Amino acid sequence: MAEAETRHGIGVSPGAASGPVVQVRPPVRPPAGEPAPADPEAALTEVKAAFEAVAQDLEARAATADDTAQQILTATALIARDKGLAKAAGRLLAAGSGPTSAVDGAVEEYAAQFTALGGYFAERVTDLRDVGNRTIAHLLGVPPPGIPEFHEPSVVVAEDLAPAETATLDRALVVGIVTESGGRTSHTAILAAQMGIPAVVQVHGATEIPVGTPVAVDGDAGSVTIDPTEAFVAELVTKRERRERALASTSGPGTTRDGHAVALLANIGGVEDAVAAGPQDVEGVGLFRTEFVFLSADTAPTVAEQTEIYRQVFEPFAGRRVVVRTLDAGADKPLAFADLGPEENPALGRRGLRLSAERPELLDAQLEALARAAKETGADVRVMAPMVATAEEAAWFARRVRENGLPKAGVMIEVPGAALRSEHVLAEVDFGSLGTNDLAQYTMAADRLQGELSDLLDPWQPAVLDLIAAACAGAATTGRPMGVCGESGGDPLLALVLTGLGVSSLSMAPSKVAMVRFALSLHTFPQCQRLAAIARSARTAADALAAVHAAVAPDLASLV
Amino acid sequence: MATRTVTIASAVGLHARPASLFVQAATATGLDIEIGRPGQDDAVDATSILGVMALGARHGEEVELTADGEGADEALDSLVELLSQDLDAS
Repeated sequence: MAEAETRHGIGVSPGAASGPVVQVRPPVRPPAGEPAPADPEAALTEVKAAFEAVAQDLEARAATADDTAQQILTATALIARDKGLAKAAGRLLAAGSGPTSAVDGAVEEYAAQFTALGGYFAERVTDLRDVGNRTIAHLLGVPPPGIPEFHEPSVVVAEDLAPAETATLDRALVVGIVTESGGRTSHTAILAAQMGIPAVVQVHGATEIPVGTPVAVDGDAGSVTIDPTEAFVAELVTKRERRERALASTSGPGTTRDGHAVALLANIGGVEDAVAAGPQDVEGVGLFRTEFVFLSADTAPTVAEQTEIYRQVFEPFAGRRVVVRTLDAGADKPLAFADLGPEENPALGRRGLRLSAERPELLDAQLEALARAAKETGADVRVMAPMVATAEEAAWFARRVRENGLPKAGVMIEVPGAALRSEHVLAEVDFGSLGTNDLAQYTMAADRLQGELSDLLDPWQPAVLDLIAAACAGAATTGRPMGVCGESGGDPLLALVLTGLGVSSLSMAPSKVAMVRFALSLHTFPQCQRLAAIARSARTAADALAAVHAAVAPDLASLV
Repeated sequence: MATRTVTIASAVGLHARPASLFVQAATATGLDIEIGRPGQDDAVDATSILGVMALGARHGEEVELTADGEGADEALDSLVELLSQDLDAS
């Protein structure tokens, strides 16, 4: 490779580091065509012994681990000793499965149950499968899946790390973590952040990087650079120091240098996110995605069940605003209890508010639960609908929201039609929020899920900025506030442009708030308006970014 | 047969850390103990972490514990006390 190649993922634990790659051993699968055991009873004894050995190994590691790791390892050991698991394996052995296939089958039976329960339980499936994989390796007499021994400071790369692996990482030797899957709330993310190891998740192709290749990990920017130069690594470290100093220099509500307020809010997708974001320096939640309440359920969750979940989400934000997006499901994220059947073009089909129109009882139950939880917690709850295209839809939604006793109704502006007619759409409601990811998808006619089209989906596309400008102009006529809750809001340069276009709140991953706050604090509102004009006059997305980068305060330009 | 009914005090319900602690305590008694919802046919082995988690008992929900054998009453009393605390507060 002549030039250093950089790959992007999601930074989940800040910091910069570099070192050679260590690839984690993938799990061993049961051998194909494993014969039935001659004596199922004896095989079960063998399987039980393997489960016990795995439990003891996990406990031995728990003994030397710190508090959090100890809890996770002890709980995982309990799974290995679970009688139900052994019983299920015994049943499969008696039915003619080989020992490792029986272990795998037993694990998958429980995994299916837990996946169906959803939420917290679905996340435990990783722990369960880890127990299964370790037991299979033990039965086959091969080394357990996981991190091979290494002796120099290295970057650990894996598909995803099991909690047992993350928990026992040697901090002195593991300088960075890169995973191909995993998410912001995975064990890997939580433990890496706790241990102060820079980590990036969802890095495409990470497991194909050859062992020993030097890489630089930027846990702030969420990037991994393969074969970096020494100068690059040095720059990464100083940049990080400068960034830390800059971020520490501002706090509190977002405002431009001349005092124009821009509320800085968090995007959250569940109770864990809410608990994590609550203590942070944010003015509230700008986007609470409620899908998790519905997607994993077999039957529609009751009002009481939903109220309890919403209460837990709102509680950390008592006295602050929480903008809730009502159920956003469709043919691509079908609900077990409200499946309207397959569609040719799910992104253009009956999703978001259109699904709520077909099944209004689902929306009413959700609104009732939200109203109850709002009353119990004292959070300033505002509700908005996804996929609104017309003023009639906005009016229909607002009426239902108010009938359920919620004071504020809003709409997502993500359909170009609604952006162009925002004056009429917003006249029906109290606020608007630009979902820039979907707005880009619909403006550029490019599928969000198709990676090859990512250039078209660039939030700097001048056409998308034009639509945002139109939506903000319409909002201004009505006097209704317009926010942004798509990814654009967390980009410090784009945040300035959006502010200049008239956006009055920005919602983003909580980790991005500090940089956006810093960017705002360096610029006046007229400067933001000028940056917006510069971006819109550019011919291409790349030109828009470059021109804005060249025009912002040098203290910001040197950091991004 | 000894039986007790208790309300789950842990804020997160009977999973995560509270479930681990409960299963460990139930295992330590050496007795056959079951846990389920009163009046429902969903009792599971209290020493099975997967069973207890799959039961999915939430905060504020009532559960019924049953046990047989010598020391069953004392064992259940201690488990009731455990479940009456917020086990996630540490």
